[in-house]
Amino acid sequence: MASMTQGENGVFAYYLELAVRSLRRSPGLTALMILAIGFGVAASMTMYSVFRGVSADPIPWKSSQLFVPQIDAWGPGHGENGEPPTMLTYIDAMALTRQHRAFRQSAIVAMWRSIMPPSTSPSDSLIETRGYAVDNEFFPMLDVPFHYGSGWSTDDDAHQIPVMVISDHFNQEMFGGGNSVGKTIDIGNHAYRIVGITRHWNPQPEFFALFRYQADEPDFFLPVQFAVANNVVSDNRANCKDGPYPGTDFAALLRSDCTWLSYMVELDSPAAAQAYRQYLDAYASEQQQIGRFPWRPNNRLRDVPAFLDYQHVVPSNTRVSLLVAQGLLVVCLVNTVGLLLAKFLRRSGEIAVRRALGASRASIYAQFLTEAGVIGVGGGLLGLLFTAIGVLSVGVVMPARLAVLARIDPALLLLTLLLAVTATLLAAVYPTYRASRVPPALQLKAP
Amino acid sequence: MNIYPILAALRRHKASVLLIVLQIALTLAIVANAFFIIGHSIERMRRTSGLDENGLIFIFQKLPVVTGDDATVTEKIDALQRADLQAIRNLPDVQDAAASRSFPLLVDDDDVGDISLDADRKGKFVHAAYYYGDEHLRATFGARLIAGRDFFASEIRHGHALPGSPVIIVSKSLADQLFPNGNALGQTVYQDGKPATIVGIVARLQTPTLDDSHWANNSVIEPLRKDAFWTGYVARARSGRTAEAIRDIHKALFALNPMRHMPPGAGIHPVSEQRTGAYDDERGIALLMGVICIILLSVTAAGIVGLTSFWVGQRHRQIGVRRALGARKIDILRYFQIEILLIAGSGAVIGALCAVGLNAWLMKHYEMMHLPLFYIATGVFAMLVLGQAAVLVPARRASNVPPVVATRSV
Repeated sequence: MASMTQGENGVFAYYLELAVRSLRRSPGLTALMILAIGFGVAASMTMYSVFRGVSADPIPWKSSQLFVPQIDAWGPGHGENGEPPTMLTYIDAMALTRQHRAFRQSAIVAMWRSIMPPSTSPSDSLIETRGYAVDNEFFPMLDVPFHYGSGWSTDDDAHQIPVMVISDHFNQEMFGGGNSVGKTIDIGNHAYRIVGITRHWNPQPEFFALFRYQADEPDFFLPVQFAVANNVVSDNRANCKDGPYPGTDFAALLRSDCTWLSYMVELDSPAAAQAYRQYLDAYASEQQQIGRFPWRPNNRLRDVPAFLDYQHVVPSNTRVSLLVAQGLLVVCLVNTVGLLLAKFLRRSGEIAVRRALGASRASIYAQFLTEAGVIGVGGGLLGLLFTAIGVLSVGVVMPARLAVLARIDPALLLLTLLLAVTATLLAAVYPTYRASRVPPALQLKAP
Repeated sequence: MNIYPILAALRRHKASVLLIVLQIALTLAIVANAFFIIGHSIERMRRTSGLDENGLIFIFQKLPVVTGDDATVTEKIDALQRADLQAIRNLPDVQDAAASRSFPLLVDDDDVGDISLDADRKGKFVHAAYYYGDEHLRATFGARLIAGRDFFASEIRHGHALPGSPVIIVSKSLADQLFPNGNALGQTVYQDGKPATIVGIVARLQTPTLDDSHWANNSVIEPLRKDAFWTGYVARARSGRTAEAIRDIHKALFALNPMRHMPPGAGIHPVSEQRTGAYDDERGIALLMGVICIILLSVTAAGIVGLTSFWVGQRHRQIGVRRALGARKIDILRYFQIEILLIAGSGAVIGALCAVGLNAWLMKHYEMMHLPLFYIATGVFAMLVLGQAAVLVPARRASNVPPVVATRSV
């Protein structure tokens, strides 16, 4: 058994030697094939790394349990293809929160604020921040990681207590880092007590409210109940039936059919999701009966992947680029098939001699596939280099917020090599078949 | 030259010939569509906005929070805006400034609506984008007034959600679409059922959507200073003083009131920078497609060189015989040139069909437009030229085979 293995190794080594010798005999053709494979594979893998980064599930362990409820507050003729608005009105969001039919749920409102740092902070100019007004269940629902402390409690929400969770980065800016739980931050006319400091948390795309790619993580979270009661979110841009909300009257906005709150619910089973759909329809019917919506219920409940897809979060340019790059790889492979065919058939004489000396078709296959494999490995190594260069320079042709998502990792490198070798072997199948059909006698007859 | 012998020879290399034809067809299909993407991006980037972009500055900010009932807040915000504008206009490096939350290169489609010839929108109407501003806006934009006048200061209203400005300035594109006879000036049109008189026409003013639609240049300037927390101004710097003007505007505004907010993505920027940013995607995709096309064409050209070199080597003796029988060097050269013309030609025909198919597929699945014939023709031409260029060196080598080869045994 051992000797047989050694024998096989020996044969492989022999084929390898033959391959290298043959490739050396026509360095131009060899270089051409390796370059073509290298470029083709690198173009594909570079665009794939962008696509993989951009379309990655932002919360893979849970995305199928997180849903975005949509309730039609505008009626037929206002959304594209009869789709309800993507955000909720204040009335509907508060109804969902009050009736609390999901395992966990939260309203989510994006905010931007300039914040004056405390006198002890290293900085003395206003800090530009962005954050979200959310409910307490937001943190466990999205598995937000904490450095110190935690989210706030249901009681804090109910009693509209000004509490705040801040990011590690913002904590550094404000307090120079450390456990700042218990300290306060002034925004507007309110002092917020810090209850938690998150670890770095910036899932991409931002999947719970803005549905786009954000370069920097959110700086703060505060209770949406407090924010609404104290006019903290009064300057938010809202979408109404006929365009953006025109006024500054916050009380009127709360009563209006303008949408400005994102919403997310956690439903831990398909049955729960089904029950929640029925609940949403029942809610809309009830609104229909009291005359608020004079139309039939038109709700949606998409999970996170479906919602991101619906929002076309992955730019169409990214998909088209991937497609074109894959087209390039196919052309490179057709090119390789042609060149290998020429190269193998040029050696018809050599094949005929080997066949005449007793080599079987299988061993001709083995020899020529080994040769193709060597080219594949060469192309793969070159492809690795080009892929690395490609991924590092993808920022030249893509916006920075997308380019940062393209990463080089062991999986990408392994896939590059594997793709190069597999593709080249596939390209070699037909040329090798033709080589194996070269008849032994005919070629020996020649002078 | 009779092409029959060429076809007969090609039939002996069916597989290789088919592979080159396939490669050329695929290359053409991809290159034609990629060229189209590049061409379309360049076309979009070259559109003019109607602004005098050089020296134009855009300021976008959130005003300090003020409280009170709606009317009070509106008045307070308006006072803040007027004070800001006055401070900006007083700067030595600033020529003029106006309130406007929008301008042509801002990628935004919030404020659009219909302009109609009758109150009920029963007759003719066109789609348009609105710019809200004061009497300084047209001049600050640098949009060329080709008929009529600017707004008077007395015509400027302020507030929010005020429908029906009694007077408007429109872009020529909009004027021509509503009044093909060219008599738009002084006419009454309707916005949401409210009448408005066209008092001025500007030569061109792109909408802020950056769309490609037929209403891409249908703009209306409304004499309204919008009062909202998020507010914008445009300022025109004196010639060559843009950087100084930006620095001074920042200083002056924060000196006036430090509690304003300019988050990332807002702030004070030259409009030229906004143009660069607005077309980032176009520039990127054009560059990417360009790089891919270069690699693709190089690979295909190199493939043709490789295969024809191989054929030349194989037919070495045959060429020698032909030379010995009286064929001139030029005949051998022509032979290979016609051969590749046939191959590239059939590849191009199949490729043209594939290009149309690929385009149809892209149109169905992505936001792609109809591939114009020009790009297919360019692709076909490129393939034929590529074939001839690639065959030149191997064909030369073939034509240099001496007739004496025929007398030698293989």
